[in-house]
Amino acid sequence: MSKKNSEYLINRKDNQYEVVIGLEVHAQVLSESKLFSTSATKFGAEPNTQVSLVDAAFPGMLPVINEFCVKQAIKTGIGLNAKINKRSVFDRKNYFYADLPQGYQISQFKDPIVGEGKVILDMPNGQKEVGIERLHLEQDAGKSIHDLDPQNTFVDLNRSGVALMEIVSKPDLRSPDEVNTYIKKLRSIMRYLGTCDGNMQEGSLRADVNVSVRPKGSKEFGTRCEIKNVNSIKFMQMAIEYEANRQVDLIEEGKTIDQETRLFDTKKNETRSMRSKEDAHDYRYFPDPDLLPLEVSEKFIEELRNDIPELPDDKKRRFIEEFKLSAYEANILVSDIDTAKYFEEVVTKMGKNKDIKLAVNWITGELFAILNSKGLEISQSPVSAKNFAILINLIKNGTISGKIAKTVFELMIDGDKDPQKIVEEKGLKQQSDPKALEALIDKIINDNREKAIEYKQGKEKLFGFFVGQAMKASGGKANPQLINEILKKKL
Amino acid sequence: MSDITKQSLTELVENIKNKKLSSTDVTKAFIDRSEKSEELNAYITNDFTSAIDKAKKFDQKPNLDLKLPGIPMAVKDLFCTKNIKTTAGSKILNNFVPTYESTVTENIWNEGAILLGKLNCDEFAMGSSNETSFFGNVQNPIDKNLVPGGSSGGSASAVAGQLTPITIGTDTGGSIRQPASFTGIVGLKPTYGSCSRYGIVAFASSLDQAGPMAQNVKDCALLHEVISSYDPKDSTSINFKRNHFSKELTNNIKGKKIGIPKEYRVDGMPKEIEDLWQKGIQYIKDCGAETIDISLPNTSYALPTYYIVAPAEASSNLARYDGVKYGFRAKGENLIDMYEKTRSEGFGAEVQRRIMIGTYVLSSGYYDAYYLKAQKVRKLIKNDFDEAYKKVDAILTPSTPSSAFKIGEKTNDPVSMYLNDIFTVPVNLAGLPGISIPAGHDSNGYPLGLQIIGKAFDEQNILNIAYAMEEKINFKNKITDWWIK
Repeated sequence: MSKKNSEYLINRKDNQYEVVIGLEVHAQVLSESKLFSTSATKFGAEPNTQVSLVDAAFPGMLPVINEFCVKQAIKTGIGLNAKINKRSVFDRKNYFYADLPQGYQISQFKDPIVGEGKVILDMPNGQKEVGIERLHLEQDAGKSIHDLDPQNTFVDLNRSGVALMEIVSKPDLRSPDEVNTYIKKLRSIMRYLGTCDGNMQEGSLRADVNVSVRPKGSKEFGTRCEIKNVNSIKFMQMAIEYEANRQVDLIEEGKTIDQETRLFDTKKNETRSMRSKEDAHDYRYFPDPDLLPLEVSEKFIEELRNDIPELPDDKKRRFIEEFKLSAYEANILVSDIDTAKYFEEVVTKMGKNKDIKLAVNWITGELFAILNSKGLEISQSPVSAKNFAILINLIKNGTISGKIAKTVFELMIDGDKDPQKIVEEKGLKQQSDPKALEALIDKIINDNREKAIEYKQGKEKLFGFFVGQAMKASGGKANPQLINEILKKKL
Repeated sequence: MSDITKQSLTELVENIKNKKLSSTDVTKAFIDRSEKSEELNAYITNDFTSAIDKAKKFDQKPNLDLKLPGIPMAVKDLFCTKNIKTTAGSKILNNFVPTYESTVTENIWNEGAILLGKLNCDEFAMGSSNETSFFGNVQNPIDKNLVPGGSSGGSASAVAGQLTPITIGTDTGGSIRQPASFTGIVGLKPTYGSCSRYGIVAFASSLDQAGPMAQNVKDCALLHEVISSYDPKDSTSINFKRNHFSKELTNNIKGKKIGIPKEYRVDGMPKEIEDLWQKGIQYIKDCGAETIDISLPNTSYALPTYYIVAPAEASSNLARYDGVKYGFRAKGENLIDMYEKTRSEGFGAEVQRRIMIGTYVLSSGYYDAYYLKAQKVRKLIKNDFDEAYKKVDAILTPSTPSSAFKIGEKTNDPVSMYLNDIFTVPVNLAGLPGISIPAGHDSNGYPLGLQIIGKAFDEQNILNIAYAMEEKINFKNKITDWWIK
């Protein structure tokens, strides 16, 4: 494998292969109730406690569309710069399974609610556009639990009927890294919109990954395999890497690739055939006669459009312009909506005389480190944006040094304490009184006469020794800039 | 009053309101006759004990402002009734007791009616003779070993045999109108979207409609007024202003234009059906209305279209009966084996036949040729009616191409059985209202019906035409009570 110019290629003898990837992302709509029933959708509830007669497909029960879920799908479509279809149709996808009570899934087949769109990825070597084929609404199935009993399978219908958005990309992705960035970008957009919480551990975001390979430079697509239901970015990357290499090996051996559905075994780190094209289900799609075509007006769409918050791409542009951040810094801050919110609150709270660069460095440095070590999200930050802003201002106006600030920050974590108070109580205020510092330095020079002479004779690196002594004598509180100035004068 | 069960709904309501009869009197009379009528096999489940309790309760504190004050009635066993077994005539739901009530029956109980029991029907409403029911044949009160029609055969038999003053059926391709015609009663299939489908065991969702069945047009109008309502729980329910059908009922149809579609004169139609139709045309004229020859050119495609659309939807609607959640379950080696055994043992032959047809027409490679084409033809059929209604206010046709046939006569010939629906299915495909009224007898003395088809949401108009014709026809059903020992 080579990553020359960050191009992801698979090398075999004299041949180089390009990997072509398309994703079908299943994103759970953030909604209190299900797509066609009023049952709750809370994660982790006791099995079968969030199930209505509709979800369990009792005789004579009928689906009624949840308008909120429709709005969420349209908002997401707007966030993906996509065409919103004023008329869409719900179809039945028919198949039998124990956790599919109706015997069909209500989905959208020919006429999805959202059409073509695009997503911009920020890759290390520049921006990349990934096409969106479509987004449609569909019901989730229930969950079969096979490991509770040696004889029986248990079925939990809590998830049955929960609204999902299936977001289908064009085959525009070319590497596991791009897949990583794409998923994160989708998640970021949906979290900004509040349409999906993007929580992969809870299954709110999962994907089917379509992988094919072709000789570098070829315009034709190779035969693709679909890897079903991968639920973490890491596994997606591993699965792609394995699958692409498997396909290249087959080609190198002169064999053909079968179009098939495969499963990723996370323990063995390999993909395995699930069913071939011949065994593919015939889902017998047809328009659901219980539901009329979904029609939305231009006004309905426009109202939602006006309701769309500033999205990551726009926010990034604004951060660069307004706060003079680098593209790299802006990216880090906007990728997660809560980070962006925190940052903007810090900027506001810092007031007029603010040092934004310093704030950014502290957020991406000290704050991220603490959150990481404690396994917290920024929304759960132990230090509020308000107190964080005060801390940055204390550094900026010279009340404390950067070094002392780290000590203060450590103390703030416990109970979101006001840094101003900590500085006062612990007497950590920086000594910036030139007279006091001069006296302190005079004493140090006196105590180290011989070294002072050596310095004057040209041993310049001893300067650092004197700075160190001065800082030590002040208990770290001396203003390092003043120390430097005074020492230069006195020595 | 010994002849309580001979009274019409309108009479019973009046007598209860005038306190000439109590709900208990009426309820007991119908229960008594129902108990003597086991040979008709009209009931699948009875709820007689609690019906008497409810009647007594009603009489203690009668609310006479209701439209069906203390009126007992039985309903087709396709309507889910809370805490009362609901089978849809199938083994697969033989043990199914809903925890909920269909909107249509809820509307009925809210107007003071009392449930007598659940009436026999073809399995999942698939059939035209009530012979596909897991619970056995229903006898037509007209004659022994005569089918009552289907799928609302138990309902038709129970009204004609005076086991219930009125009832409700469901009509997907003629399941109210054909049995009404076979038993000499009135049956209305309302406009699609007029009555909620919530809580009705689904057969073909885009065609199913609940509707009233009664001894006469006025009773039918009153019951329709009760059951028709907008229901947000059914996405295909339509929110429009509904008439007070019984209050607004009039026999004045002077100047109305009634279309006579030439395509309904089908090959091999018995002469007595043709004669009946001609008599109907005369009655229309006698009422001061006008008849106009019209053409519905795509009529001959209606039956094949129906037998693609309905099974397609049914094959999907019936997928939920898989033995996993409720209903009958056969033991199996594994999940697939359990499915296969449950559905092979739980569904009867006709239901299995339609599931297979439906699965076939929806499968990839056949979808375009069958299902998609059928949807296109369905649109053409609807266009035919739209075109005709530019010229006429309603359409008059025979209800069925023949009178009732013998039990077993068509069992082994499904196509001949399907042909029974030839005049009724176009109405379902177009989503229109249609009413069948008894209009005469054949040479055996078996009843024959005429159908009046209306514009969408124009039930009042076809009820008025039926009401006016009813007066002229002065039909008398020949019921000999042969089954009562």
